[in-house]
Amino acid sequence: MNAWVFIRFYTILVYTFMFAPIFVVLLLAFNSSQFGGFPIEGFSLHWFGELFQNDAIMRAFRTSFALGLMTALVSTVIGILASLALVRYQFPGKEWVTTFLISPVLVPETVLAVGLLIFLRWLHMPRSFALLLLGHSIIALPFVVLVVQARLVGIRKEYEEAARSLGANPVQTFFQVTFPLLMPAVFAGALFAFTISFDNITATIFWRPSGLETVPTQIFGMLRHSVSPEINALGFVMICITVGVPLLAGGLARYFSRKKV
Amino acid sequence: MARVDLQNITKSFGAFKAIHGATATFEEGSFTTLLGPSGCGKTTLLRMISGLETPTSGDINIAGRRINDVPIHKRNLGLVFQNYALFPHRNIAENIAFGLKYRDVPKSDIPAKVKNALDIVRLPGVEERYPSQLSGGQQQRIAMARAIVIEPDVLLLDEPLSALDANLRDEMRVELKAIQDRIGVTSIFVTHDQSEALAMSDKIIVMSSGHIEQIGSPEEVYNHPASEFVAGFLGTSNILDVAVIERNNDSVTLDIPNFGKAQIPLAQASGLGDASKGRIVMRAEKLQLTDSAAPEGAPSAKARVEAVDYQGQLARYFVRIGELQLQVINMIEGRPFSQGAEVTVTLSPDDCTVLAA
Repeated sequence: MNAWVFIRFYTILVYTFMFAPIFVVLLLAFNSSQFGGFPIEGFSLHWFGELFQNDAIMRAFRTSFALGLMTALVSTVIGILASLALVRYQFPGKEWVTTFLISPVLVPETVLAVGLLIFLRWLHMPRSFALLLLGHSIIALPFVVLVVQARLVGIRKEYEEAARSLGANPVQTFFQVTFPLLMPAVFAGALFAFTISFDNITATIFWRPSGLETVPTQIFGMLRHSVSPEINALGFVMICITVGVPLLAGGLARYFSRKKV
Repeated sequence: MARVDLQNITKSFGAFKAIHGATATFEEGSFTTLLGPSGCGKTTLLRMISGLETPTSGDINIAGRRINDVPIHKRNLGLVFQNYALFPHRNIAENIAFGLKYRDVPKSDIPAKVKNALDIVRLPGVEERYPSQLSGGQQQRIAMARAIVIEPDVLLLDEPLSALDANLRDEMRVELKAIQDRIGVTSIFVTHDQSEALAMSDKIIVMSSGHIEQIGSPEEVYNHPASEFVAGFLGTSNILDVAVIERNNDSVTLDIPNFGKAQIPLAQASGLGDASKGRIVMRAEKLQLTDSAAPEGAPSAKARVEAVDYQGQLARYFVRIGELQLQVINMIEGRPFSQGAEVTVTLSPDDCTVLAA
């Protein structure tokens, strides 16, 4: 009995430790105080207003959104094509290609970041938004491939064969049969990619061209001076996006799958 | 509707040879079964006709046209799978209409064609449902409807009944054959189930480890097996070594161990050639068990019943004649013979087949 009390206590402690900082940010976002800390002086949406007035932050938001969406698009397209090749076709060196596609997860991000920079210097290419997009896509790709591949393995080949026998060419078969059946995984993969890109800071610091800020690098930059209450408000918005988007997506996916029986 | 010709088809997967030179003709409007155990190459052969696999060598002709290099979506074939393969994200009407989109069918004609196809498979009014709302048998009917609505030249059926449970399978077997009769499409049916093959086919192609063992009507394949494999695969057979004693114009005389001399019509021994030894195939249901002596002149042997497998109308007996064990399937008249009973086994020479040793 005592052991269970201990486990319960310990569990609460661990979760408190994990979620307290997030909770603090959420709470302080509504503090009317001039300083980004305790004590709480009053409830206010003032800092959200400041946030939307701050051009640098709004620019960083737009950059992060654009980057996230494009990363999702690029890594999902490549991820679907790679998964199709890996699951539906036999070719020599397939295991190596799989390992290679997954490897960005295994390589420390700093190493990956430096590697890509050295590679681009060798090609005499400057740092640019395109490079950042490329880098984020590389980081997100393994997650997309893993999710899409898992789903594709479960889609029996007979569906595609049936479509082909009925007169659909390979491209029509993909868009009429494979892609719709793959949709939940594509959706999940794209979401992963967006969140990974939206959250990323380590590699982004290496890759961003000077003058370009994403939301995480912007927060990082602002923190160097002081913890301003604006950052708390920004943190609140970030949490809402990174937690809310997947939840919303999951809900939507369930709603649509229920409609389709 | 079209005739299909296979000329010396081979297929290798790496070092493994799946098909060794298959040559066969599938007549226009006929129902032909590719029959054999799993791994015999029957499905590979069907997939090559469909275009899902490419032959290593040999020609496939449909309606006299070589189609080796025609991709599957231009072959105009209906394909029915064991697991139905209905598109789960589309309703029944969309599933059936799928193939019509790629043909010059005016949009306004599609609902009527879908309805007609559903009538043919006797499942009207399910247009709005989704595949997961139908039973296995119903799904297979929809799969048939989807395959025939495009008016294919050839209908290819890959073990379409194997996923159904036993009662439904018999019902669907009759239904499937009736549908094929109604539309008269050339059909090629793959199965490992001999009773399906015998019941449905105009012609059976028996296959074993990549070879075609025999091509013939169900009666021919059953009554005149061309090889020991065919004899053993279809029905229950007893196969024994025999020595040839004498030949004349219309029969051969054999010495069958324990049964003595028997005169077999030459037509039943065409596979024997000039050999002095052969193998005799005795169907289990063509042997007769009696408790009285055999009629004069009929080859017979004294035996003891070792085991009885009672099946209602029929009984399957395992009988022993010295060293030899035979299987006999007889109708039960009165009561079945009991275990340990002393009986006489009589064979009728006209119902035996003699093969080369």
